[in-house]
Amino acid sequence: MALYEHIFLARQDVSAQQVEDLVNNLTQVLASGGGKVTKNEYWGLKSLSYRIKKNRKAHYTLLNIDAPSSAVAEMERQMSINEDILRYMTVRVDELEEGPSAMMQKRDERSDRGDRNDRFGGPSGDRRPPRRA
Amino acid sequence: MAIRDLTTTQARRPFQRRRKTCPFSGPNAPKIDYKDVRLLSRYVSERGKIVPSRITAVSAKKQRELARAIKRARFIGIMPYAVQ
Repeated sequence: MALYEHIFLARQDVSAQQVEDLVNNLTQVLASGGGKVTKNEYWGLKSLSYRIKKNRKAHYTLLNIDAPSSAVAEMERQMSINEDILRYMTVRVDELEEGPSAMMQKRDERSDRGDRNDRFGGPSGDRRPPRRA
Repeated sequence: MAIRDLTTTQARRPFQRRRKTCPFSGPNAPKIDYKDVRLLSRYVSERGKIVPSRITAVSAKKQRELARAIKRARFIGIMPYAVQ
C-alpha cells in the first residue's frame, strides 16, 4: 500500500464537530477500500491567504493515510461532491512523519516566544522584525 | 540567513564577494516541507513571488524542491499567490 499525506479545507460555517464527523466518514471510506488513517491532525479554523469559493477562513485537517490508490481515488471522488469541502490535496510520500507536523510545532514555538514579540511593539514579520524606535 | 565563507581560490581583493552555500545542504539543514510556512516565507519576495536561487544561494536541486513546496502551500491557501 502507498503512503499519502492528505489535507482538506472545510467551509468556515461548519462546526468543529461536523469536521470530525466528516473525518470519521472519510476514514470509513478508506477502511472499506482496505486502507487506514495513521494520524489525524486538526489545525483549527485558519484564515486563508486568498479567498476560496468566497470563503476567507477554513477548517484545516491533515490526515496521514496508508491505503491503496483505489481507496484514495474513491475518497477524493466523494470529497469533490461534498459542498462543505472547499479544497483537498493528497500528496504521495515515501514515509509518513511521526509526531506533530510543522504547522503544529510552529504554534508551540510562538507561545514560548510570546513576550519577545512585544519588544518590537507589534506582530513580528516572518522575514525581519519591524523597525520601530 | 545563508552561511558565508571566503573563497580561498582567489587572493583577497577589497571588494571580494563571499561565496554563499546552500542553506538546505550540509548537516542539520532544515527539511523542505510544504506545511512549514515560516521556512518557506523566507524564500518569497514581499509580493509573494519565489526568490531566484542566484539571490538565495539555494542549490538547483533544492530550489526545485522548494518551488514545489511553495506551490503546494499556495494551493492549500496557507501562502498567497500574490500580495495586493
